[in-house]
Amino acid sequence: MIFNQHALKVPAAEPRPAEWTIAGTRLTLTVEGGLHLAEASTLVVADLHLEKASAFAARGQMLPPYDTAATLKRLAALIHRLRPARVIALGDSFHDRGAGARLAEGDRATLTALTALTEWIWIAGNHDPEPPNGLGGWATSELSIGSLTFRHEPRPGRAVGEVAGHLHPSARVVGRGRSVRRRCFAANGERLIMPAFGALAGGLNVLDRAFHPLFEGRAFHAFMLGVDVHPVAGQRLVGEERTA
Amino acid sequence: MGDRPYLLPVSTAADLLPKPFMEWFAQRGWSPRPHQIALLEKAEQGRSALLIAPTGAGKTLAGFLPSLVDLARRPKTTRRPGINTLYISPLKALAVDIARNLETPVAGLRLDISVETRTGDTPAHKRQRQKLAPPDILLTTPEQLALLLSNPDAGRFFDTLETVVLDELHSLVTAKRGDLLSLGLARLRQLRPGLRVVGLSATVAEPDDLRRWLMPQSVGAPPNLADLVIVKGGAKPDVTILPTENRIPWAGHSAVHSMDAIYEAIKASRMVLVFVNTRSQAERIFQELWRINEDALPIALHHGSLDVGQRRRVEAAMAASSLRCVVCTSTLDLGIDWGDVDLVVNVGAPKGASRLAQRIGRANHRMDEPSRAVLVPANRFEVMECTVALEASLTGAQDTPRLRTGALDVLAQHVLGMACSAPFSAEALFAEVTSAAPYAGLDRESFDRVVDFVATGGYALKSYERFAKIRAGKDGLWRITHPAIAQQYRLNVGTIVEAPLMKVRLASRKNGGPVGMGGRVLGEVEEYFAEQLAPGDTFLFAGLVVKLEGIRDNVVVVSRTHDEAPKVPSYNGGKFPLSTYLADGVRRLLADESSWTRLPDQVSDWLRIQKEASVLPGANQLLVETFPRGNRFYMVAYPFEGRLAHQTLGMLLTRRLERAKLRPLGFVASDYALAIWSLGDMGAAFARKKPALGDLFAPDMLGDDLDAWLAESYLLKRSFRACALISGLIERRHPGKEKSGRQVTISTDLIYDVLRSHEPDHILLRATWADAATGLLDVARLSDMLMRVEGSILHQRLEHISPLAVPVMLDIGKESVAGSAAEEIIRENVDDLVREAMGDAFADASGMGGLPTGIPRP
Repeated sequence: MIFNQHALKVPAAEPRPAEWTIAGTRLTLTVEGGLHLAEASTLVVADLHLEKASAFAARGQMLPPYDTAATLKRLAALIHRLRPARVIALGDSFHDRGAGARLAEGDRATLTALTALTEWIWIAGNHDPEPPNGLGGWATSELSIGSLTFRHEPRPGRAVGEVAGHLHPSARVVGRGRSVRRRCFAANGERLIMPAFGALAGGLNVLDRAFHPLFEGRAFHAFMLGVDVHPVAGQRLVGEERTA
Repeated sequence: MGDRPYLLPVSTAADLLPKPFMEWFAQRGWSPRPHQIALLEKAEQGRSALLIAPTGAGKTLAGFLPSLVDLARRPKTTRRPGINTLYISPLKALAVDIARNLETPVAGLRLDISVETRTGDTPAHKRQRQKLAPPDILLTTPEQLALLLSNPDAGRFFDTLETVVLDELHSLVTAKRGDLLSLGLARLRQLRPGLRVVGLSATVAEPDDLRRWLMPQSVGAPPNLADLVIVKGGAKPDVTILPTENRIPWAGHSAVHSMDAIYEAIKASRMVLVFVNTRSQAERIFQELWRINEDALPIALHHGSLDVGQRRRVEAAMAASSLRCVVCTSTLDLGIDWGDVDLVVNVGAPKGASRLAQRIGRANHRMDEPSRAVLVPANRFEVMECTVALEASLTGAQDTPRLRTGALDVLAQHVLGMACSAPFSAEALFAEVTSAAPYAGLDRESFDRVVDFVATGGYALKSYERFAKIRAGKDGLWRITHPAIAQQYRLNVGTIVEAPLMKVRLASRKNGGPVGMGGRVLGEVEEYFAEQLAPGDTFLFAGLVVKLEGIRDNVVVVSRTHDEAPKVPSYNGGKFPLSTYLADGVRRLLADESSWTRLPDQVSDWLRIQKEASVLPGANQLLVETFPRGNRFYMVAYPFEGRLAHQTLGMLLTRRLERAKLRPLGFVASDYALAIWSLGDMGAAFARKKPALGDLFAPDMLGDDLDAWLAESYLLKRSFRACALISGLIERRHPGKEKSGRQVTISTDLIYDVLRSHEPDHILLRATWADAATGLLDVARLSDMLMRVEGSILHQRLEHISPLAVPVMLDIGKESVAGSAAEEIIRENVDDLVREAMGDAFADASGMGGLPTGIPRP
């Protein structure tokens, strides 16, 4: 059999999201890394980490100052495609407490326009216990919609219906003599951990011990973000140490 | 001027060497060699010089002799205390070795001269003492020089410096470390305008390049060259190609067919170095030799991934002459004299004539006796490469690379270092930097952009002014904005970005219990190697066949297995591409049937059959064969430009074939050839000129196609990571938080993506591109080839595979080449999901979840 080392791309087609059910609620996992609850007309995004680059710059590492614009552009495109009535930003939307003050004028305008467009909820994260002033939306530490509860940090042990962020899950598979690493959703039938949405937000392998309290062994799926969303069983994944 | 090479000195030893020195030579039964006298004479005249000499010529003593004589004339009480001579070598170990060697004349002549080393291993208290009371002669590395120069009292520290000696210059100048050193040298010249610089080098192709490198250059002026002293090589080396009774393999790199003959050669010699090109090759050959080692000869293994303690033990055993053979990689290429080697065996392709010459020189360190070496080609193309290399070693032909253009990321590091030392004016620093040969062509705008990058990241979006690391004051001078910046600089200096490494540890398994971590460390592997492994995979490491148990906390945990054949292929591709010189020789050998008498019958027969079944290209032609096989169509091209250039070519050609609707499926590249396979009949298409081969291979593929491919190339991301670290965009270490190379605080891949989409002409992307063009992508080489073959592409349409195509076709499926589409790899894992999902995987998922519907496309 011929082993196709340099396989070429499949011709472009509509990106395919994945469907999944948590605690009886039907969800769409988008290729951008957003979670869409069509019935509740709600879009959830986690860990935007806006102004991460400028936080590094303040400490002498001049990362490209384009991460906020890049993240907001992807978010705006997703909102315009799905047209939800409500957006939930699942915590760590801002990289640090000073992020609001560092926002560039244009980025601030984009963000304010987005929060005015829909009902906007800032869930508190460890990086941003309170959202910056004057950006619209309202803040809370957690929120329930139907069978689902949205909070930033997942709770250890069983948590039926929990949707959380915080851990930046990424997954790795190996094949054809190389490995591929992607951001992912991590979910079983009870709970779901969102991938980080921010352009400069790193990833933590879902096999890391930080995930151990959340899932029974490997009885979960990683929904890897690529051209499509690819559901890969926990047993197929390969671990690594912390890279976040 | 000093243009005339000094083969014989004008003065005599007695004119230049004080009496005690003459007596010291005489006592040891030596007389000063002509080149040693020549360098003394250069020193008397205050001139800088390049000494080119083969191994064993007393090169190092020649470099130091003028300093010793000078210091002996001026006793300590009469001269100002301070450093007189600075010696810089590429290896820490070499500096330490030289310090030991210098003790002999210093003690024998009862000279009151202090000699000390300063390396990364020098303890802090000693460094501090060296700053207060510097030795007469300081031996150090390029990184340490950069650190010393970034110090606010650099001027005082080097105030008495007269001479700089650069050892192994041919090796220093080929990498970014050389760029850093050239900038350090430019600064030293500012501090000490009359400074004398002496370069010591092995034989190179273009001595004038190195002569220019040693001297300050000025824009628009003719090259300023150091004087040249050449020691003609001693005896010609005695080099042969190992004859074999066995069948020479079509492909592969293990040379297993020659193992018996290599073993016989070891038995017949005192001490043999077996050089190979890759770590995995070294492991394989070490294992094969021990399999047949009936006399239990002491045969050892040495490569860069082995535990340091293990390497030191092998080196000590070599020096003590208690070994008969060491299988090694390029880790033993350079400098240090480890004992009495009387035979060098080079397994596989030599890759370069100069590289081979240096390896051969490891046998026999007395320059008047011939070095003995045996070349062992591992496959048929390598037989041709070895034949060409052997002739080069007899005629003394050299193919060392030309001087590189100074890298911008290194310049950025230097600019920050200079700001740490003292406030600078951009004007003056620009003049200083462009006096260094690698940066002589740098334009002012690029320089200013680098300064801007150091200050605030150099982005078009000026949002970091308030965080600036350096800032120009009212006086126009740039200075650091906070003392912590200097501390950060010092922690991150250097240009060697190691591929991230992971420790390999043997698991301790207690009575069938779970695998523990307690076993001993075997060494380190590159992360990219560990990445391609899945648990259960077996591979060769440290002379053992080991099985991957898992990767835990940045440690690769392995267990011993009794499998004879490891699953993961033993060859991961050599680091060095075939030199253009050897490639040219192989093409000419192929084209000229009368020269085939130099080849073994098996190989010349193979070429003859190729000539009948297909055709052999002329020396300046590019042969492209097309043929059907199975239900696919193949195209095999023979550019002989090295694997990296061929990979880049393969990527670009498949894009074009895709556009021509020929539905290419994949490709594989070797050092000699490139094979592409497709669903469409490429042969028929080329015959109809749809597309014409000339258009397919047109050099304009290096424009848009290359850009488009690069956008997603992981190779460029790897280059970017190095540039980001060297330039200081990302820190390797942060004060108080000592991070290892691997644990940088943020993913450089993400930064690359953001930067590329928002500011594609950023100075750091330019630096990355320059690296990739000459490094991982070898675009420069590809470009030269495409120009050369324009109008001389020979298409041969065949019914069957040709004899010449067999080697590269055999590589299909064997060589794992990164570059496969990531999406496909994930999909292959999803396929299994369907089965797993239907099985028991969901039984324990509490039954509340539905089946995923993200079913892959067929």
